[in-house]
Amino acid sequence: MVKVKVEFLGGLDVVFDKQRTYDLDIPSEGEFTVKDLLDYLVTNMIKNPKDVEMFIEDGTVRPGIITLINDADWELEGELEYVIEDGDIVSFTSTLHGG
Amino acid sequence: MSWAPPSDPINNKNKPVKISQLCELCHCRKAILKRPKNLQKVCKECFFYVFETEIHNTIVTNNLFHPGEKVAVGASGGKDSTVLAHIMKLLNERYNYGLDITLLSVDEGIVGYRDDSLATVKRNQKQYGLPLEIVSFKELYNWTMDEIVATAGIRNSCTYCGVFRRQSLDRGAQKLGIHHVITGHNADDMAETVLMNILRGDVARLEKSTSIITQSSGSPIKRSKPFKYSYQKEIVLYAHYKKLDYFSTECTYAPEAFRGTARELMKNLEAVRPSCIIDIIHSGENLVLKDSEQPFKKAASANTTSTSKNTFVDGNRCERCNYLSSNKICKACMLLEGLEKNRAAITLERDSSVDGAARVMRTLEHLSF
Repeated sequence: MVKVKVEFLGGLDVVFDKQRTYDLDIPSEGEFTVKDLLDYLVTNMIKNPKDVEMFIEDGTVRPGIITLINDADWELEGELEYVIEDGDIVSFTSTLHGG
Repeated sequence: MSWAPPSDPINNKNKPVKISQLCELCHCRKAILKRPKNLQKVCKECFFYVFETEIHNTIVTNNLFHPGEKVAVGASGGKDSTVLAHIMKLLNERYNYGLDITLLSVDEGIVGYRDDSLATVKRNQKQYGLPLEIVSFKELYNWTMDEIVATAGIRNSCTYCGVFRRQSLDRGAQKLGIHHVITGHNADDMAETVLMNILRGDVARLEKSTSIITQSSGSPIKRSKPFKYSYQKEIVLYAHYKKLDYFSTECTYAPEAFRGTARELMKNLEAVRPSCIIDIIHSGENLVLKDSEQPFKKAASANTTSTSKNTFVDGNRCERCNYLSSNKICKACMLLEGLEKNRAAITLERDSSVDGAARVMRTLEHLSF
């Protein structure tokens, strides 16, 4: 079991039932990485299969969406390989809308 | 709609920080961002400082403003213009530019989208203590975007909106006696424009497209882009870390507008090599047409009354509305003429079906059996 808070900002909440934050308890054994989190989000939380491509491209977060792990750029934390710990906050911010 | 800032969990665990995780500028705090420009790892405090200072440098090197100048910030409530309003106020006070800043918004009349984003601008007005002026399509053209879409269909909505909005900003500024409008166009937008003009072979626009200040001859209003060298990613993160209040919903009439465009290509290029955005702008700035290959320019300067296609004639006025136009009749008046012809001859009293047409369509899209 891993406790993680997920945030969808910059309009991405539309894909996730218009809710911006979720406190998730995800059943898992052993290490649970960001890659596993993405798989979980896609399988369990995106209702409309057409919306998956709004979020994921080529097995990773779509270019143009900024991913932060505990408010730090995920590029500094190991991206998909980062092992999530209890209490971590992962946020996804879309930059693909107009300004 | 109320607004709650996102969470702020940096170092909420007090885990020891490795040396490799430290900021490369101050070497004492944990880095939170890898700058796309140069891949430098920086902490929050240093990021704020370099981001603000780079914009200040852009403003100073390009002589964007003079003391006492009145400027209008084109404010949509979106991320770019919200950060722009914040930064302009901050730099104006920090470096004594002596500017008189006003927020200028355009109300296109899109129920369920623009009314919400204008509410954001109104909150920004209070948060930053800047005056706000709103000009509306309804007031200027007697059409709202909702009515235009109901009449002309959704396919060309962005054309109408773009043409009218550009003019509205100028008209709004003129009304306030302001001759300088600054907009939140960022490096990503500019690189995208360069790519698009190259792909379309639009030589006439290519040279103009990277200039930081644009002004048509004869026009009293100039426009500038202080964010010309600022990455979208950094603007969004700046707004995020400063907890600025911005509106971030895709326009109801253009939910998919970004797909299959140069933006998609840009984002994919950026993923491979983040500096490519600045590189493309740099290339764009250095692309100069040879004299012998400037048929467009020559035609334009030789014959100022020419109205043929592909030529830019600056300084002409529209015969109908007296707005600056390269043709006899400006684009907005031409679009309006087409619209008036198609306006429903009889309208029901208190017919509200056009309001929020976009919202209704969205709701319908989500229905399923």
